[in-house]
Amino acid sequence: MIDEFDLTPAQLDAMREIGNVGAGNSATALSQIVNKKIDMNVPKVSIIPIEDVPDLVGGPDTLIVAVFLRVYGKAPGSILFLMPKENAFFLADDLMGRPHGTTQELDEMSISAIKEVGNILSGSYLGAFSHFTNISMLPSIPSLAMDMAGAILNIVLLQLGQMGDRAMVIETKFLAEDDSINGHFFLVPDPGSLGTIVKAVGVE
Amino acid sequence: MADLVKVGMADYKVGRSPSTLISYGLGSCIGVSLYDPIRKIGGLLHIMLPDSTQARASDNPAKFADTGIPLMINDVVALGASKARLVAKLAGGAQMFAFSNATDIMKVGTRNAETCKQILRRNGIKIVAEDTGGTYGRTVSIDLATGSYKIKTIDRGEKSI
Repeated sequence: MIDEFDLTPAQLDAMREIGNVGAGNSATALSQIVNKKIDMNVPKVSIIPIEDVPDLVGGPDTLIVAVFLRVYGKAPGSILFLMPKENAFFLADDLMGRPHGTTQELDEMSISAIKEVGNILSGSYLGAFSHFTNISMLPSIPSLAMDMAGAILNIVLLQLGQMGDRAMVIETKFLAEDDSINGHFFLVPDPGSLGTIVKAVGVE
Repeated sequence: MADLVKVGMADYKVGRSPSTLISYGLGSCIGVSLYDPIRKIGGLLHIMLPDSTQARASDNPAKFADTGIPLMINDVVALGASKARLVAKLAGGAQMFAFSNATDIMKVGTRNAETCKQILRRNGIKIVAEDTGGTYGRTVSIDLATGSYKIKTIDRGEKSI
């Protein structure tokens, strides 16, 4: 069996580039929603042992707010949009047109608004993936949780854990000019999906 | 100062008093602790999945309840614990995200807890306490001086079982 994680440098580059276009779309969408400039970094593509994934977001007991979506289609996977609690509160304030510091806990309205942001980011991100791969990729309804990073990441890692010991993670960081937004966006293809995506891209 | 030994995801550690074994941020995962109260020797295992026979490939037996628990039992016994005296405590097995159409993988927390109990019973280990289920993450630690199993959460405080 060929290990789907054995990517050539050119294939890794291709994944990074697609991630870059996807994240660019998402940053534009986010910046329109909150009406401020959003910066993003060049996506990081990492293939790491699954037990190390929580360290990407500051360790397993870091308190975070996460929007989780499943990706449906021929290359299924999971999407997580993760933020530190304070940033999630700022984002809720921005979305509701309130001064920063108003949100002290996530009520139904803020939860719904943050989920919608996750939805829009995922839609624009997956749009780029679908475009480059010709594989239709659709996001599920978003779900939100505020808890320890390790606990939240469990759900994504389980799927992978059943098949192997490694994960490919495409990670992008979004930052607002006033530091109010600081979110990590993760796309984690399910086992088997990475092979499908790489094949569709057609890079050797 | 007693030392604090970190147990990662899909990993286990064994030790003796006065060490404390700790594992951070369990969601659907389960932290299984074993303890011999006389020799004050114990272990902590952080499993992700119930059953290694359903997995495609893995080099890591500590990821699964069915392979991880017997491994930890062997190691605490090798360290000097009496298998007959071992008692087990469990925590974790939450469902972190609520979905109306939750698939099996999202309900894995429940299966994890059930399988852990099954495997422990099959090995003749008494389960004396558990704190499983719910929708929230847990950080767990066992103090090998006392056998006290501490569970920390974000919104639901801290308790010992």
